[in-house]
Amino acid sequence: MSQKQYWKGIGQLQNTAAENEVADEFNESLPFDLSGDLLNATTPRRDFLKFLGFSTAAATLAASCEMPVRKVIPYAIKPEEIVPGVPNYYASTFVDGGDFCPIVVKTRDGRPIKIEGNELSTIMGGGTSARVQASVLNLYDKTRQRFPASGDKEVTFDALDRQIKEALAASSQPAYILTATILSPTTKDIIAKFIAKYPSAKHITYDPISYSGMLLANEASYGKRTLPSYHFDKAKTIVSLGADFLGTWLSPTEFSYQYAKGRNISAKNTEMSKHYQVESNHTVSGAAADIRSTCKPSEMGAVAVALYNAVTSGAAPSFANKNLNKVITNAAADLKKGNGLVVSGSNDVAVQTMVNAINGAIGANGTTINWATTSNYKQGIDSDMAALVDAMNAGQVGALFIQGLNPIYEYHDSKKFEAGLAKVPVTVSFADRMDETAQKCKFIVPDHHFLESWGDAEPKSGYISLIQPTIAPLFKTRAFQDSLLMWAGETSTYGDYWMSYWMGKLGSQENFDRAIQNGVLEPAEMPMGGGSFSGNVAAAMASIQATKGAAIEVMTYEKVSIGYGGAWSNNPWLQEMPDPMTRGTWDNYACMSPVLAKKMDAELTPLNEVVEHKRVVKIKVNGTEVLLPVMVVPGMHNEVVAVAVGYGRHEKAGRAAANTGKNAYPINTSNGTTINSYSAAATVEPTADTFPLAITQTHNSYEGRPILHEYTLEEFKKDPQALLREREEEIGRYSKLPWEEEVGAHGGATAHAEEGGHDAKVTAAAAAAVAHGDVVLDEQGFRENGTLYPDYEHLGIHWGMSIDTNSCTGCGACVIACQAENNVSVVGKEHVIKAHEMHWLRIDRYFAGKVEDPDSIQTIFQPMLCQHCDNAPCENVCPVSATNHSSEGINQMAYNRCIGTKYCANNCPYKVRHFNWMDWNDADCFDDNLFEDYRRDDINDDLTRMVLNPDVTVRSRGVMEKCSFCVQRLQDAKLTAKKDGRPLKDGEARVACQQACASGCIVFGNVNDPESQIAKIRKQEQVERTFYVLEQIHTLPNVNYLSKVRNTDMINAAGVEKGHEVIFPNDDFSQRPHA
Amino acid sequence: MPMIRRFAQRAFILICVLCLNTSAFAQPDGKALFKTNCATCHNPLKESTGPALQGVDGRVPSKEWMYKWVKNSAGVIASGDPYAVAIYNKYNKTAMTAFPNLSNEEIDAIITYVNSVKPVGPGDGTPQPAAGGAPQQEGGWVYAVLTGVLLLLGIILWRVNSGLRQAAHRKEGIPTEEEIPLYRNKIVIALTVIVLLITGGYWMVNGAIEMGRQQNYQPEQPIFYSHKVHAGVNQVNCLYCHAGAEKSRQAMIPSSNVCMNCHMQISEYTGTDKLITAEGREVNGTEEIHKLYEYAGWDAEKGTYKRKANGEIDAKPIPWTKIHNLADHVYFNHSQHVSVGKVQCQQCHGNIQDMDEVYQFSPLSMGWCINCHRQTKVQFESNNYYSIFEKYHHELKNGEREGVTVEDIGGLECQRCHY
Repeated sequence: MSQKQYWKGIGQLQNTAAENEVADEFNESLPFDLSGDLLNATTPRRDFLKFLGFSTAAATLAASCEMPVRKVIPYAIKPEEIVPGVPNYYASTFVDGGDFCPIVVKTRDGRPIKIEGNELSTIMGGGTSARVQASVLNLYDKTRQRFPASGDKEVTFDALDRQIKEALAASSQPAYILTATILSPTTKDIIAKFIAKYPSAKHITYDPISYSGMLLANEASYGKRTLPSYHFDKAKTIVSLGADFLGTWLSPTEFSYQYAKGRNISAKNTEMSKHYQVESNHTVSGAAADIRSTCKPSEMGAVAVALYNAVTSGAAPSFANKNLNKVITNAAADLKKGNGLVVSGSNDVAVQTMVNAINGAIGANGTTINWATTSNYKQGIDSDMAALVDAMNAGQVGALFIQGLNPIYEYHDSKKFEAGLAKVPVTVSFADRMDETAQKCKFIVPDHHFLESWGDAEPKSGYISLIQPTIAPLFKTRAFQDSLLMWAGETSTYGDYWMSYWMGKLGSQENFDRAIQNGVLEPAEMPMGGGSFSGNVAAAMASIQATKGAAIEVMTYEKVSIGYGGAWSNNPWLQEMPDPMTRGTWDNYACMSPVLAKKMDAELTPLNEVVEHKRVVKIKVNGTEVLLPVMVVPGMHNEVVAVAVGYGRHEKAGRAAANTGKNAYPINTSNGTTINSYSAAATVEPTADTFPLAITQTHNSYEGRPILHEYTLEEFKKDPQALLREREEEIGRYSKLPWEEEVGAHGGATAHAEEGGHDAKVTAAAAAAVAHGDVVLDEQGFRENGTLYPDYEHLGIHWGMSIDTNSCTGCGACVIACQAENNVSVVGKEHVIKAHEMHWLRIDRYFAGKVEDPDSIQTIFQPMLCQHCDNAPCENVCPVSATNHSSEGINQMAYNRCIGTKYCANNCPYKVRHFNWMDWNDADCFDDNLFEDYRRDDINDDLTRMVLNPDVTVRSRGVMEKCSFCVQRLQDAKLTAKKDGRPLKDGEARVACQQACASGCIVFGNVNDPESQIAKIRKQEQVERTFYVLEQIHTLPNVNYLSKVRNTDMINAAGVEKGHEVIFPNDDFSQRPHA
Repeated sequence: MPMIRRFAQRAFILICVLCLNTSAFAQPDGKALFKTNCATCHNPLKESTGPALQGVDGRVPSKEWMYKWVKNSAGVIASGDPYAVAIYNKYNKTAMTAFPNLSNEEIDAIITYVNSVKPVGPGDGTPQPAAGGAPQQEGGWVYAVLTGVLLLLGIILWRVNSGLRQAAHRKEGIPTEEEIPLYRNKIVIALTVIVLLITGGYWMVNGAIEMGRQQNYQPEQPIFYSHKVHAGVNQVNCLYCHAGAEKSRQAMIPSSNVCMNCHMQISEYTGTDKLITAEGREVNGTEEIHKLYEYAGWDAEKGTYKRKANGEIDAKPIPWTKIHNLADHVYFNHSQHVSVGKVQCQQCHGNIQDMDEVYQFSPLSMGWCINCHRQTKVQFESNNYYSIFEKYHHELKNGEREGVTVEDIGGLECQRCHY
């Protein structure tokens, strides 16, 4: 039996006073003085009267408000497809450079308010990411450029077109179109038309997060400058060398969807993929990995070489890190068993060539790597961009059109780009805002948001996803393609061009209509094909050998939320979304391991996560200095500092983006061919300053109660009923009344024989199971007899949710989906620091292992939301019954009844209730009450408010709120069924988090329906893995979790032995005997 | 005397609802079918969007022709049938909606009903308030007045009595206590304060409860649109204009092009009833229709729409004043009540077909909602959705239960309406 100790942060591990203080629910003092002085003061009575007078006056004021006269404005001419109050759904596609997701857009009365995944897509399976979910907010970004401009002055499209056409005709130098990866076949056609008109023109593709090392390596190895399709679902062994394929690498939503298929195990099916991760920082893929090791970014090539040698010749690796050697040896052995897959996040051609060589050697091509269906996600070549920058500086560029890129911010050598840009006579940016590059361009011709435009995407060869507008353009914007067509002298618009292009391809109006309705056009089955590796391994090895490392290496990475930057930097939802690993919001920071942080004098106290003021370090790299606060991340390599890109934007990029964090792109370095996302020539030194960071993980406390269950695959196979037995030990004794006689040897496991108890059938089944030697939990007996309260029947519907901690990657798509669906407020950094964040669904992250040894760290995620307890502690303590239970098992919250005592939040063992400390959204009737903090205020702009879901109340100050199980969706599904006069079907009522999840780890449904998926999971398929958090306190949650099973030898831990129960040491609660 | 009026209204509505219900059961399908399918465009006696329907079975070429026409008029026109083409041209080439679902028997029933309709004489249909409650109420007033008079009499007698007694005492030389005036009498002061506090508190609490409620709110509207003329006299189906009531949470105020479906033909008010506002001002119906034309962008003289440069109809929305204002934290869904609950519009909106100007009939208070949810039985047997409530079905079968109310299936729970 392994022992496991989880800690949400180092503070908890060391259990210091400050940590315990955080455990106090409301450690802030009240905003006014309530000490003994008040009562002993000379005039407490007067103060009382003042308060009384104020409240009376306020109440009178509020009461004397006359009801305003409201207008109801119907349509002048109602569009036929719109019924006010009924949403319409349109299939479309999310495209952001090479990031892609087929989506379905929910519009209400003509405005898009929510994005769901398109389930017809076999690539993503209906999954989404946090950014896809948040993209609807970008549409209503107040900072968007509202008109075409020359400098700051508005110009008409006509005048602009004339000037540009004249300039193009007059110029002797070639025009360049600089774009991010383009997935759209029609756009590529139009660029070709433009080049046909101006034959000297060139199209350069560049990606801020570059994959050109991979593209070039593939060209050398397989003769194709493209990316293959990966099949993580078919892989038995996955080895990732620094590729965060579940978080940010290439197409994380697609890979999460595939990956989950290989992780979905049960007692009956214990087939599970084995995932090795070697990385420098700590990513969500590393957290999901079964076996994880660390190396410096510069060593990644050497690791690839060692793995190649281990696979081909069985040579033992010889790194100083013993664990790394073991991991490589084991990984090589597993890879050789077949169905292996190796991926690498490196942008170095040599490293990617080695990875190709390994994949070739283990026969991955054709099984887990598909060369017959290639991916178009990334097409940018760094050297093309470098050549363009040189040409610009040499004055050889006549005109530069920049689409989907912001090189002055994103290019590692932005000064050179900026100098070159000044020498180009005509520069046009198609940016959606006055970003860093657009400010330096002569013209800005804002492109549509993807929700406003026609378009298409071919993410993989033969796979098409169409884009249709879901709202008329909000501003005077014009499609990039329209501009090119116009300047190429074409008369048709992009809309017409697009329509005739696809009509031509699809043949008939009927096919076209169906394609638009479905959104995706896919072959019946994905063509599979291998490739034979023909790269130069020796040259790659030589190049890798020449790679120099450094004592401390600084690397950049993409955050799951903000990504490369762009419009995402100004998205308040994403800014406030806690990073899965660091749980940090609203900033970027220098991530380092606890050991390195100690060296950097970052230990202000031992509680790096509790005290918000962090030590600031100075990172000197490539001649620039970046000052960043230290974020301690266990599991990081001890000699690596990681900084997220996408922060430190110019003021004009938007209020939320401006001055949030620092720009990390200058840390990237060019190795001559490609851009490496690390620097081995950086210095990091502590400064005397500190800087506050808003980190959410320590905001809630379970008082040391066990909340998670984790097993190795071996343990689970050997004894699948271990968890059941633990639960039986915990709750069995309460499942019958003390005076009832014990029947059989199993104590509480025996059939529950109370008269008037549950069915005879269950009893019989239980008896049979007992005879079999199986553990049988008497859950119904526990429900009835574990409390003094009566048990309520749930006639009809009883909602329930199941969350699989095994397939949860912590990506946060559910968090943003919940925010979008339920109008969850953004509170801003200042209040996140005060633990006032409002997310109804948070993803708790727990570490286990030895702090000083990054390789020992194992991470587990647990989405935590209102558990909708059938015996809810919050309900009993509400003095006004504002929170109570529904007959369908929902813990209801009536905002208009709540008086804000917060007793419920105090009494909630799961800490999922959130109090509106401020008027975040101008929702109450008092003027001048709105909370403003500058950064998040755009969320209250009239434009941005268009994103609100009209079916959900916007909460005002002073009320409690929490997850409602998306009750508006449940009510809607029930109503649809009632209108049709039929029972509710399973899967018809779906909650937002469930729908957003690419891994499918959330299942929701009616437990009373024995045919429902949720009932099957709990009663049949996953009986052995099912557990309820804090079940022993008889809250009877309606949310169950499935235990984590890691395909590894050992669960790293050091703690108090107590079966498999997960406990925190040094904690009073864990020392207590079972009460 | 608002109390009387309200009482009378309620009684009247009750009676009306009962009458409507019984008549709906008693009549064969014809009337109901006519109202749901035809009445929006046809009047039995008058020409409207389409021709007057009385005697139509005599006018058309044949019965079979009529069935074909009703089920698919466009098809008949397309076949080049001369009579069909003539009708199509006569009515501005407005195609009649196809009713493929109507059976021949149903069409016959409609015709039978249409032929049976008699012209409505003046005064008919105007509701006479039921007079049941009035005497009781008046009796109350009489009692109040009587009590007041008696009380006054009592006080006068008491004063006279004490005055006389004092005079007698003085005469007899018995020394009397100095009389303390009422306003300094501690008992009186205490009693007054208590009474004031209680009445004040009662008044305040009641006032607070009533905050934001607008029963009987009857604002003036930009156009004098008479529901009485449309839904009452001309029997336009409620759902023709408020189509959302069946499908959506919002019943939907119709856009002006929906008005124009009929008002392209009907450009003047020819009703016999005078249109009178709540203030007693007489309204010229024809002028009001022309106000609609302004909003809808209809050129009445040319008989065409005014169009913008881009070819769109130059229409503006009509800024109606909202009468029924629910608080923002209340979710109310019309379709739940109309489609699923089969609740009549009149139950909440009052006798809308008799209102020239609409007022808020119900208090729209939570108590009012809850009350109805307690009393109303759901369509338990006929709607298969409720099959999941096995226990209730069992109880119904055993006769242990009379019916299932909205409350029984959770209709009083907070999150049915607040989320």
